[in-house]
Amino acid sequence: MNAQLQPAGSAYFITKETEKAEARTLAVLVDNEPGVLARVIGLFSGRGYNIDSLTVSETEHEKHLSRITIVTRGTPHVLEQIKHQLERIVPVHRVVDLSVTAQERGQERPLERELAMVKVRGTGEDRVEALRLADAFRAQVIDANTEHFIFEITGRVSKIEQFIAIMKPLGLVEVCRTGVAAMNRGPEGM
Amino acid sequence: MEQRAPEAGRQEMTGAEMVVQALKDNGVKHIFGYPGGAVLPIYDELFQQEEVQHILVRHEQGAGHAAEGYARSTGKAGVMLVTSGPGATNAVTPLQDALMDSIPLVCITGQVPTTLIGSDAFQECDTVGITRPCTKHNWLVRDVNDLAAVLHEAFHVAQTGRPGPVVVDIPKDVQFARGIYTPPQTAPRTSYNPPLSGDQEKIRAAIGLMAGARRPIFYTGGGVVNSGPEASHLLRELVELTGFPVTSTLMGLGAYPASGKNWLGMLGMHGTYEANMAMHDCDVMVCIGARFDDRITGRLDAFSPNSRKIHIDVDPSSINKNVPVDIPIIGDAGRVLEDMVRLWRASARTDKAALKPWWEQIDKWRARQSLAYKPSSDVIMPQYAVQRLYELTKGRDVYITTEVGQHQMWAAQHFGFEQPNRWMTSGGLGTMGYGLPAALGVQIAHPEALVIDIAGDASVLMTMQEMSSAVQHRAPIKIFILNNQYMGMVRQWQQLLHGNRLSHSYTEALPDFVKLAEAYGCHGIRCEKPGDLDDAIRQMIEVKEPVIFDCRVANLANCFPMIPSGKAHNEMLLPDEATDEAVANAIDAKGRALV
Repeated sequence: MNAQLQPAGSAYFITKETEKAEARTLAVLVDNEPGVLARVIGLFSGRGYNIDSLTVSETEHEKHLSRITIVTRGTPHVLEQIKHQLERIVPVHRVVDLSVTAQERGQERPLERELAMVKVRGTGEDRVEALRLADAFRAQVIDANTEHFIFEITGRVSKIEQFIAIMKPLGLVEVCRTGVAAMNRGPEGM
Repeated sequence: MEQRAPEAGRQEMTGAEMVVQALKDNGVKHIFGYPGGAVLPIYDELFQQEEVQHILVRHEQGAGHAAEGYARSTGKAGVMLVTSGPGATNAVTPLQDALMDSIPLVCITGQVPTTLIGSDAFQECDTVGITRPCTKHNWLVRDVNDLAAVLHEAFHVAQTGRPGPVVVDIPKDVQFARGIYTPPQTAPRTSYNPPLSGDQEKIRAAIGLMAGARRPIFYTGGGVVNSGPEASHLLRELVELTGFPVTSTLMGLGAYPASGKNWLGMLGMHGTYEANMAMHDCDVMVCIGARFDDRITGRLDAFSPNSRKIHIDVDPSSINKNVPVDIPIIGDAGRVLEDMVRLWRASARTDKAALKPWWEQIDKWRARQSLAYKPSSDVIMPQYAVQRLYELTKGRDVYITTEVGQHQMWAAQHFGFEQPNRWMTSGGLGTMGYGLPAALGVQIAHPEALVIDIAGDASVLMTMQEMSSAVQHRAPIKIFILNNQYMGMVRQWQQLLHGNRLSHSYTEALPDFVKLAEAYGCHGIRCEKPGDLDDAIRQMIEVKEPVIFDCRVANLANCFPMIPSGKAHNEMLLPDEATDEAVANAIDAKGRALV
């Protein structure tokens, strides 16, 4: 990609990327301290890695530990770099590639869930249809008046995207999504 | 916080006192810095004690490079102290320089009071934000009771694992506030555990691979130097035991002595023909503490195509970053070398006869004399100047720093380093202006040594103001300028790649360096003829004050051998082939498309 943008002569040797990019879900256990998220995000932007989704929250209050879930995309070589570069960050305790762990256990992928709030405005037939579809998707109504609903929906990314797409012609106003939370199946911890 | 019984060393003091106390407790004797509003309380404490000596510089960048030179020549952390805002932003270049060359550097910055942070106060900047990508780690200390622990942790992080720069940003109110000081503790934070010993299985596999090698090579780097003198000692032992040839990166020079019989010279873009050819044709490559940098590998898809590769590095992210390797060993170079020497002694023996054809081949490559140049009796050839400097300083306690450019490469090619920690140069970042302040730092650490900055006329002007610091602190550094009036390396690339259009690479209005020396209150020497050079260098060595030596060299000399852009190790451009036409066509149409 960059190769074409290089001038005819350059001080750098650039080779074409031939490997295929794949998606991975990483769990990163970090000390919950100021700037730790900036370190992680800065690493991704500074080294040109992709972030498809990133969520973070404190998970162990007493130990001041937060868990960051990152969905990223890259060639196997870049993915290996991402993991090692993350591990270099001083407040990072552990980096686990949940996708690889799942594959090692004979599963297609780790458990991945996302929560979305979806606001839909409408009256009459559209309104009934929205409610009916929400029911089919097991979305909860968490706020409503005579002109609108706010649905809360939880599920895999594909389900949420499908739900949002369906709501679009029915008066979709706004969407808020949490990003992916993920964990491996089975009794073992990360 | 839990209540704890009073321990030895725990006592109440101000944040500024804690800074000075932490410096003492971490064994710091010298710091480099520049005062300003947000660090005045710390400067006030420095004034009232004598254990920690402060070296006043003229620009914060100078403080950083001086601290780097100090660190690199001693193996200890270098320390710099600067104020908020511009003080901190001026520190960014040396921080990134130290990050790329793995130099332990502790930078303490003042910050506006915590209550003013975020208000665009006078001399405020987001120091931890700005320095986050150019440090190994950084801290903003908001509570004086955290300060001591953070400072100790900063020294620990800077000096362990792969060393690097750290920043501790201390708001002015925290410097004034009183709190409890705790002495350094051995309990490190749980998330930071740099590896030390390598995996024994992998080391055994590496020894097995090495024992069966027919065309082996050691490719060593700055990691060997960083690991400490013992690592260099062990490297020499392992080379002696195995009988393998050894080459090194720019950063690793001195770990194996240049006079050693197995030495091939530096490798890479301006490395020797024998080093690069041996890298290309080897069957087993043992990389120790180097990182397959793009200046080393040349064209990646043609890099050492038929070798099995062993890579020893303390930083797992260096493994497989640019070049995939067969046996990665994560650990400290010294520890792993110790294991390798022990295992080799126990289980392997060099088959000298099996290595003979390889050494014969290497001797053929050596016979090409890739560092040769056309001597001249009219003008001083820059290579000749470095050679004479080397010969005339042999046997002395000498430390060399450089700036960045052609002179740096000539210094690396023609100055022989026998010991580690004697060669200070900006490798990764390529910071013009590094050498002069670095020489100051080295001289402060080694007051009796002969410290020479082999400089270029363009680079040296970037931090020339530090001559004033050298004079103030009676640091008799020698600034040996290979003056060709060009930014030589820029010009060389313009000749190679841009149709000889020398866009802004000629410095038309250089100062008179001898008069400049006098203006700074030091000694100026000019030399224009090869016949006068030896006497002039001897004079430079004898003078007991800082010297600026204006060595007028052949203006248009270029740096060879060279791996041109888009080429592999076995496609070097050698000096005897580097005619004007060859230079102009060094990068063919295919190469241009590739790069």
